[in-house]
Amino acid sequence: MGLTDIEAKQTKLTAVDRSHVLICAGAACVASGAMEMEALMKAKISELGLTCEVSVFDTGCVGTCDLGPVVVVYPEGTFYVKVKPKDAEEIVTEHLLKGRVVERLLSRTPEEHTVPTIAEHPFFAKQQRIALRNLGVINPEDIQEYVALGGYSALAKALTMTQDEVIQMVLDSGLRGRGGAGFPTGRKWAFAKEVEADQKYVIINGDEGDPGAFMDRSILEGDPHSVIEGLAIAAYCIGATQGYAYVRAEYPLAIKRLQIAIDQAREFGLLGAGIFDKLDFDIEIRKGAGAFVCGEETALMHSIEGLRGEPRPKPPFPAVSGLWGKPTIINNVETLASVPVIVEHGPDWYSAFGTETSKGTKVFALAGNINNTGLIEVPFGTTLRDVVFEIGGGIPRGKAFKAAQTGGPSGGCIPASMLDISLDYESLQKAGSIVGSGGLIIMDEDTCMVDVARFFLEFTVDESCGQCTPCREGVKRMLEILTRITEGKGELADISKLEMLAGGISKTSLCQLGITAPNPVQSTLRYFRDEYIAHVVDKQCPAKVCRALIQYDIVPEHCTGCTLCAKHCPTNAIHGELKGVHTIDQEACIKCGECLARCRTDAVIKV
Amino acid sequence: MAKVTLTINGRPVQAEQGQTVLEAATAAGIYIPTLCAHPDLKPEGVCRICVVEVKGQRVLPTSCTLPVAEGMIVDTNTPNVRDARKIVVELLLANHPSDCLTCSRNQTCELQKLSQEVGIRQLPFEGARRRHESDVSSPSIIRNPEKCVLCQRCVRVCHQIQSVGCIFTSNRGWDTEIGPAFGQDLANTACVYCGQCVAHCPTGALETVNPSSAVWDDLRNPDKYVIVQTAPAVRAAIGEEFGLPPGTRVTGKMVAALRRMGFDKVFDTDFSADLTIVEEAHELVKRVSEGGKLPMITSCSPGWVNFIETFYPDLLGHLSSCKSPQQMFGAVAKTYYAQKLGIDPARMVVVSVMPCVAKKFECERPEMRSSGYKDVDYVLTTREAAGMMHEAGINLAELPDAEFDQPLGITTGAGVIFGATGGVMEAALRTAYEVITGKEVPSLDITAVRGMDGVKEATIDINGLPVKAAVAHGLANAREIMDRVRSGEADYTFIEVMACPGGCLGGGGQPYPTTPEIRKKRAEAIYAIDRDMVLRKSHENPAIQELYAEFLGEPLGHKSHELLHTHYTPKDAYEQDEDLEPASV
Repeated sequence: MGLTDIEAKQTKLTAVDRSHVLICAGAACVASGAMEMEALMKAKISELGLTCEVSVFDTGCVGTCDLGPVVVVYPEGTFYVKVKPKDAEEIVTEHLLKGRVVERLLSRTPEEHTVPTIAEHPFFAKQQRIALRNLGVINPEDIQEYVALGGYSALAKALTMTQDEVIQMVLDSGLRGRGGAGFPTGRKWAFAKEVEADQKYVIINGDEGDPGAFMDRSILEGDPHSVIEGLAIAAYCIGATQGYAYVRAEYPLAIKRLQIAIDQAREFGLLGAGIFDKLDFDIEIRKGAGAFVCGEETALMHSIEGLRGEPRPKPPFPAVSGLWGKPTIINNVETLASVPVIVEHGPDWYSAFGTETSKGTKVFALAGNINNTGLIEVPFGTTLRDVVFEIGGGIPRGKAFKAAQTGGPSGGCIPASMLDISLDYESLQKAGSIVGSGGLIIMDEDTCMVDVARFFLEFTVDESCGQCTPCREGVKRMLEILTRITEGKGELADISKLEMLAGGISKTSLCQLGITAPNPVQSTLRYFRDEYIAHVVDKQCPAKVCRALIQYDIVPEHCTGCTLCAKHCPTNAIHGELKGVHTIDQEACIKCGECLARCRTDAVIKV
Repeated sequence: MAKVTLTINGRPVQAEQGQTVLEAATAAGIYIPTLCAHPDLKPEGVCRICVVEVKGQRVLPTSCTLPVAEGMIVDTNTPNVRDARKIVVELLLANHPSDCLTCSRNQTCELQKLSQEVGIRQLPFEGARRRHESDVSSPSIIRNPEKCVLCQRCVRVCHQIQSVGCIFTSNRGWDTEIGPAFGQDLANTACVYCGQCVAHCPTGALETVNPSSAVWDDLRNPDKYVIVQTAPAVRAAIGEEFGLPPGTRVTGKMVAALRRMGFDKVFDTDFSADLTIVEEAHELVKRVSEGGKLPMITSCSPGWVNFIETFYPDLLGHLSSCKSPQQMFGAVAKTYYAQKLGIDPARMVVVSVMPCVAKKFECERPEMRSSGYKDVDYVLTTREAAGMMHEAGINLAELPDAEFDQPLGITTGAGVIFGATGGVMEAALRTAYEVITGKEVPSLDITAVRGMDGVKEATIDINGLPVKAAVAHGLANAREIMDRVRSGEADYTFIEVMACPGGCLGGGGQPYPTTPEIRKKRAEAIYAIDRDMVLRKSHENPAIQELYAEFLGEPLGHKSHELLHTHYTPKDAYEQDEDLEPASV
């Protein structure tokens, strides 16, 4: 079957649907009840006999995670947010049956204006969705919808070109690996193409492990064909006939949808033997068992081979000797999802986005102390300020922006003084951080930067494979020192020990996990050294986060003697008569903060 | 191989394409400290000690894994490199017990040496330490995981060289440990006790079960008559423990040292090696002439016997029924020799000095009591015996040569070459030829089975009968041959297998370190001893002839069968494993 046949079939199908209801099936929406809501909606639709006019399906993450569950009704693009199961019926009876928009479920701007359609929402206004182009737009379980939007035409086009021409196109586009390292994708392909071998492999790296990053999962869940198509193009370019999709087992929905997509692609002749009479290529899924380090390409290949997921020194690079010793290229999900668009629209179109050296767009997972959390895609060169205050809608509760942590556990923190930094590979590296896989955690004034560093090192200690000395032993020692500092037991000498260790580990570790593990410490020491000093010298935590360095007190003038705090204190550390001033027994206090949370008169304070 | 030129420390260095920077530097006389690297093993680059600075690279790559490249500019001695190395060693030491003074590896420990080399004077990163109990389950090997630096040399030698694969890395990160799967004791694994892990361990994390204090007790006990036997490979290596260069022949000095330690008699396992050859050559002739199971495979390496019992139980019928020379010695000593001497064998203590770790297990086998007593009481490794000499203030290197006692110290060159790979084959063929043909063997030196190739093959024409011989050392090589025997592809007549690379001279109990270079030197010493012997064929050993005349009767006779031959039992790799079919033996 050719693409035109699929498209013809598709047109026929869509012609009968009056409305398409897309229900975001990203993790946040599912967690807030999207599936129950969907079931009720479908029941109501069928009750009203609308099944032949209205189709309802799950889609990949729309991106506005804090607004979930979200529902988009096409063709208008009506954007319903925080739709509870009890709201399902109303959308059906009002909107789908009578064509009346349910105003109360629309999202609102800070000025309380309603936002009628998804296209008009400020969260999307500054975005440029390329890798995420189909998320929230198509049904990921139907290949025909992907094809209808131009899917697989890039593969068809690539197969009419020579391998070198396609590689040149990718090179010219300036596309760089989106998984973290930022290596030029076209160069990687060119290396692998040049190596003579009886067998070559291409691999999708779907072992997304940075805490808070979920763009790869969302793409696999919401637009799996774009990744398959990208991989098939890569396979053609280097001469591979077999591909593997390495996806972590914690992503069951991504695995399910990718498998459906692979099966459908096979069914339509877009995988298997003789794709467009030109290419033999197929893909198998391999599940990762949840080790962060398996996102490192050599560890990932060991894992596929059935060995311990441990990295090995490079060279040899996978493009020369990879999976089972054969030339292999491994590309990240987001990278591959960008490839078809580049082939389709040309490298100039793509490289028009971004900066001189960081071309195109990048997906960031926006999280932390920010109003609009979720998945965003912006051109490289967008400033941090725009992301935080325009797309992200600023910091909640009027708090001040303190820092942005980029790049996950391998990244670093950008302070408020650098809010106008351009988000691109070079600027972030210069600032002591990285783009990484695109984690972007916003922190407000109540964040202790020593504690942040400690958090990330805790993660790295957990996830170190344990093979090489500096990462296994050294990061643990850094964590011990940081813990000591946050517990008020640090000394000034600990800071120089941290610096020594950070320098040694980042120079001698075997893989990027170890090499970058000290980054959170190095960057917080660079921008927030005074906070470290306050901890070790003054024994104070300026953000009042580190328990050992704070205490809870009650301001007598504000205390009304309501007894709420005393009632909720788990250790009975608060004493006082009804309507009398309460006091906290510091010996008994475990600093859980429950009193502060309960007090309605701001009488409880942290000092 | 194409040559490349690189610059190391400002000096142009020629190297071959495919070499590592470490190899190129070492060849050029530039020293780079290492820990996880070992010339027997594929480099892993995990310890990160051997880092160097390479122009144009931000990080410091490990020279053991870095291939040389044309024009590469390497520096092994910059402040950057020295600081980095120091931190790595400091980190290892922070998680290592500082009990050097009481450690079995005191002064042979590579971590200790490294610490000195990089100049560690304090431990700035002390904190939590991994706690593990020692594994003392096996009769041969003790594991002290607290002293483990996770260099994985043991794992690599167990998998790559020995293909046993009974120890692994488990857990990860800080919790990483090396040991048997599922936290089992070593005794409940497929471990064959070859001790190559011990020989390759840079620290005291793996050591041998050392019976020296029990031996001292018996030496001091006037009621005991303590005799010692020394394996062929010991004389070519024990000098290293006293500062002599590898390959120094110290037979006479060793005898003198043992005598000074207080042994009542100092005997030679070469004697019973000759006895083994006579029995084994006759067994081979019998199998060939009577249509017995072929190929016949040697059985003198106890690590190998454990290996075949575990991994090829279906092929046990191929194994020669001859006991190893160590056990033949014990059986003869506590019967024939005790009678001759007129002492009660119950009073006799037989101590072995062996290059071998598996011998400790072998002497504990229930089958090895054919004298009515435990045939061999204690097995000391070469290292342990040297340790006892040190304890006694005996400097072997300075002693005048002494002679073995008689009669169990009378030997031939055929006995001594048991210590090198191919030696048993060569010795057996010297005798078999003469047993079959009744004529003198035309050339004593069967060089085709000598040398360090992993698998060696030769066809020897004995009176028109082509004897196809194969020799393997290192169990991965043995596995390769055994797979072909099992599939029927191999049509050998006789196979020699030694568990350890290089044969006994590369045994797990030999002095530290053992490298390919050192093994070569020890082999040269062994063949030189053979060359210089007057008698070089086992069946010409007059003491053996006397033993048969006075006591045993004839080779393969009733008494031989009782004392010198044994049987084998299929073994499960793990106790719980019920699936393995018992083979008919």
